[in-house]
Amino acid sequence: MKREPPKTLADYTPLFFPAVMLIVFFVIPFSTMIAVSFFRRDPAGFYKPDFVFDNYARFLSLFFANILGFSLMLAVLVAIVCVVVAFPFTYLLTKQSRKVQTIWLVCLLSVLSLSEVIIGFAWSTLFSRTAGITNLAVWLGLMDKPVALLPSFGVVLTGMVYQALPYTILVLYPALVRLDPTLTEAARTLGSSPVRAFLNVVLPALRNTVVATLIMVFVFALGSYLLPQLLGRPQHWTLSVHITDQAIYQSNMPFAAAMAVFLVLISLALVGLTLLAGRRENAL
Amino acid sequence: MTGTILRRLGFFAVALFMALPLIVVAGVSVNEKQDLTFPPVGFSLSWYGQIFADPEWRRALISSLLLAVSAAAIAVAIALPLAWFLWRRIAPWANIFQLLGVAPFILPPVITALGLLTFWATSGLYGQPWTAAISHGIFFVTLPLVTLSLGFASIDRALVEAASTMGADDRTVLRTVVLPLILPYLVSGYAFAFVLSLNEYIVAYMTVGFTVETLPIKIFNALRYGYTPTMAAVSIFFVAIAAIVFGLIGRFGDIRKLLGAMGG
Repeated sequence: MKREPPKTLADYTPLFFPAVMLIVFFVIPFSTMIAVSFFRRDPAGFYKPDFVFDNYARFLSLFFANILGFSLMLAVLVAIVCVVVAFPFTYLLTKQSRKVQTIWLVCLLSVLSLSEVIIGFAWSTLFSRTAGITNLAVWLGLMDKPVALLPSFGVVLTGMVYQALPYTILVLYPALVRLDPTLTEAARTLGSSPVRAFLNVVLPALRNTVVATLIMVFVFALGSYLLPQLLGRPQHWTLSVHITDQAIYQSNMPFAAAMAVFLVLISLALVGLTLLAGRRENAL
Repeated sequence: MTGTILRRLGFFAVALFMALPLIVVAGVSVNEKQDLTFPPVGFSLSWYGQIFADPEWRRALISSLLLAVSAAAIAVAIALPLAWFLWRRIAPWANIFQLLGVAPFILPPVITALGLLTFWATSGLYGQPWTAAISHGIFFVTLPLVTLSLGFASIDRALVEAASTMGADDRTVLRTVVLPLILPYLVSGYAFAFVLSLNEYIVAYMTVGFTVETLPIKIFNALRYGYTPTMAAVSIFFVAIAAIVFGLIGRFGDIRKLLGAMGG
């Protein structure tokens, strides 16, 4: 059966249910959120319809600038750490046997699917005083008594790298597994060591993939909504945490919506950049 | 050779980093008393029993399972006809729906969650348990959509052509040739959506957080009153479910292909 354009109205019927669902439960909610970002807060209910820019005007405060700066810095840091670790790791993984690859992929998917609640709980246990890693240090005689290592910035970063690392590996995997093996073979034949072949041939060949992955992981890390709250202090809260906080606990849905619209714009701009990077790679 | 040793060390370091928090949680979950100590004091599996015996945890478990089963079904119900249409027809503008299906997964989850919260609040349906199923169905539609698109792409069109030259109409071709071929992709798409819905917190919390307690919501609410070994047991239970589901896909399907190792 060849692919053909739909001729009669009946040919469109399979599209009907998906289209209705996606429009009613994704496009309309999205638009509702944008509308609510111009509404006024109603302490008694959710919001009062209006058309004000107050919610956006609040961005112009130093407090908000700090939150934004911190969120971006944290996401950049997570993205860099993840790609630096994941790129060589994924490259080596693609050189393993099919069976080893499958086992790793199953484990990575299992960790990736874990709830942020569970990841937060696990790391806060690992860095706690009673059940934490410092007990190991005490047992080894390196420390006198166990201490709690959180809340702290380092633990927030560790938790978020833990969450994003499997994602990074799975994003890099298709590009690296399809990499033409003759590239490295040629480099090896010409006498370069495996490390040099990796640094001088593999890495430059996938330059755009690396950039695209950095941006994908950056957006992924921007979305982390619980770990900064569970593992850090209030000054470590990111934009996503503040959106949740405003919407649920401060009952200020309009302000939460305005922040969310802002987050969408940042993410869309970056995803657009990724697509651009990907296009240039294909053109080569 | 030093290269091999270094490589082994690298793999070991990543494996240790991935496993360490889970090892500690597993250790904590078998404590005999209600303390969170590691290494565990005594050994008891009673905290795992709590998940099923304690009425509150059991209710949360049942809510989570019901939500995941129905949300994954909704996701597949949206993805299957869409992926089929995109494969069968030449309609470039229809790609916009594919984009809409992938968007919730690429954007920060809090955005989809807040969008759905404002939507359900405005429509006056806020808090109804079924709204969470629809919300999750939309949120995770990406997964079956991606696996099914891969599945359709892997079908040899000559097979379908053969069936239709032998006189099979569209419906018969779909039922006897296409559906059996994409069944593995359908099952893995459902499984992916199921596991992720089971673990999802923010969308569930924003839509039905005050009326239904799913397991992740229950864990989060319980965190505020202190840590208990039951929470550790639930976490390990979740890791086990994910590992079993993905392990089965890895055993009976081609997980490398699903993750983009070939074609695409």
